[in-house]
Amino acid sequence: MSVNEKIVARVASLARLALKPEEAAPLAGELNAILGWIDQLQAVNTDAVEPMNAVMPITRDWRADEVTDGGIQADILANAPASAHGFFAVPKVIE
Amino acid sequence: MSALTRLTVARMREGLAAKRFSARELVSAHIAAVEAARPLNAFITETPDEALAAADAADAALAAGTAGALAGIPVGIKDLFATRGVQTTAASAILKGFRPPYESGVTARMKAAGVASLGKLNLDEFAMGSSNETSAFGPVVSPWRAVGSDAKLVPGGSSGGSSAAVAARIVAAATGTDTGGSIRQPAAFTGIAGIKPTYGRCSRWGIIAFASSLDQAGVLARSVEDCAILLEQMAGYDDRDSTSINAPVPHWSAMLNAKLAGLRIGIPREYRMDGMDARVAALWDEGIAWMKDAGATIVDVSLPNTAHALPTYYIVAPAEASSNLARYDGVRFGQRVLPDGGSLNDMYAATRAAGFGAEVRRRIMIGTYVLSAGYYDAYYLKAQKVRALIAQDFEKAWESCDLLLTPTAPTAAFGLGAKSADPIAMYLNDVFTVPASLAGLPAMSVPAGLDAAGLPLGLQVIGRPLDEAGVFNACLALEQRAGFTAAPVRWW
Repeated sequence: MSVNEKIVARVASLARLALKPEEAAPLAGELNAILGWIDQLQAVNTDAVEPMNAVMPITRDWRADEVTDGGIQADILANAPASAHGFFAVPKVIE
Repeated sequence: MSALTRLTVARMREGLAAKRFSARELVSAHIAAVEAARPLNAFITETPDEALAAADAADAALAAGTAGALAGIPVGIKDLFATRGVQTTAASAILKGFRPPYESGVTARMKAAGVASLGKLNLDEFAMGSSNETSAFGPVVSPWRAVGSDAKLVPGGSSGGSSAAVAARIVAAATGTDTGGSIRQPAAFTGIAGIKPTYGRCSRWGIIAFASSLDQAGVLARSVEDCAILLEQMAGYDDRDSTSINAPVPHWSAMLNAKLAGLRIGIPREYRMDGMDARVAALWDEGIAWMKDAGATIVDVSLPNTAHALPTYYIVAPAEASSNLARYDGVRFGQRVLPDGGSLNDMYAATRAAGFGAEVRRRIMIGTYVLSAGYYDAYYLKAQKVRALIAQDFEKAWESCDLLLTPTAPTAAFGLGAKSADPIAMYLNDVFTVPASLAGLPAMSVPAGLDAAGLPLGLQVIGRPLDEAGVFNACLALEQRAGFTAAPVRWW
């Protein structure tokens, strides 16, 4: 499963990372080295194993479905690179 | 270095209670030490005014008899914990200038107990690294140097600012976070103690997320007792963290007991690897002898899937990171880069390319790849299954032993830049720490000896879930027998 420059460009696009053309080839090399190393896992027999997605068995208590916070619009906008009229502002997306 | 900066937290508390010195004197001595130690680059943001205000509040509380358990204790906070009104960066350019309007669960508890925070400590960018060289604010330099050399060494990572600051005696203790070894390996590299508690013991609320199923806060300090004193204030249930454990937090510092009679210490044979550093292997044998001397029985155990832990980690952690770091989009917080006439998508991509460093971009790419259509089953699902096998190894080991003893890291600290060109060589630093992280187990490193170059080496104790008490006790027994008193000789 070798990663080529085309796959690097696709993954970078999925990850929303701008890539300069000259960056694709070295990155493909780095990713192949790492993926080649982690490929050793394919040799492990996991036929009867359930995937683990929680290390500590925790059951959560339910709580009443009520509003517990809010009213902090200024706090939420305080770190925004751009805001207007109490909203986050971004480049226009609809012509 | 004043006498006050050499005290342990336990002695500081005694001195404050007995009025031998004030919190203001104690904190002022540390502020001076922090300023003098800037060549270490341990801090990203210093907060001396906040520390002095906390010291004055501690002095007032001490006089009134209302002081908290950590009143006036000068600490540093890894810059991965959100601190209200104080810049919080994760050592990333993308978060430069970010001032959280809230306080993390762990630091809120510490501040309620009265700590004086001297500032925010440097780390690897988003905690991704083992040498503190990936910080956008420059590498941290270890206070340690090899005998007869003035070459700069790494302090370990990712909690490298924390380890350097505690070892250099400029803070009494520091918070850290550990995803695959980021507390234990830097503690070992700098001759101090560091514990990662059971996953879920400390709230992750307000800690900038790297790999959520692995991230856990802990503490670095200069003695086992100090780690217990700090951790019992940091740990506790938080309903804002869905993986927080709702269990009582023991008063660990009052339960310390170095007599290990009746305890079985497992020695995992797979950790004795081919080509293991001879001094590390010898120190491990010394540790086994110290455990016997403390009354414990030594048991040979097998953790057959140990060799699979690192590749498993380097699928699971980047996968979770790629998802967690999706939030840095230049919209709600952090830096924004908007190319001329660019669209929203152009803004996302340019912001993230400019804001993330090379290692973070590399891990986002790996994580995105292993989660992408067609590869999910082969990589991510496979890794989750192997992770289950690794956790089962430990469960099986607990049938024949109570605690595990291993080295913390395969070598002592290496030179700045020595491993930067080879990601996999860097990842191998965590070979002994990652398995316990994948299983969510409490694990601690204590300084145990020096290598031939006079650099510190650590031993690691791993315990059952929620058995921090057992981990502390075994580490105390090691600490008492190792008699580790070496400290870096000041060159800064």
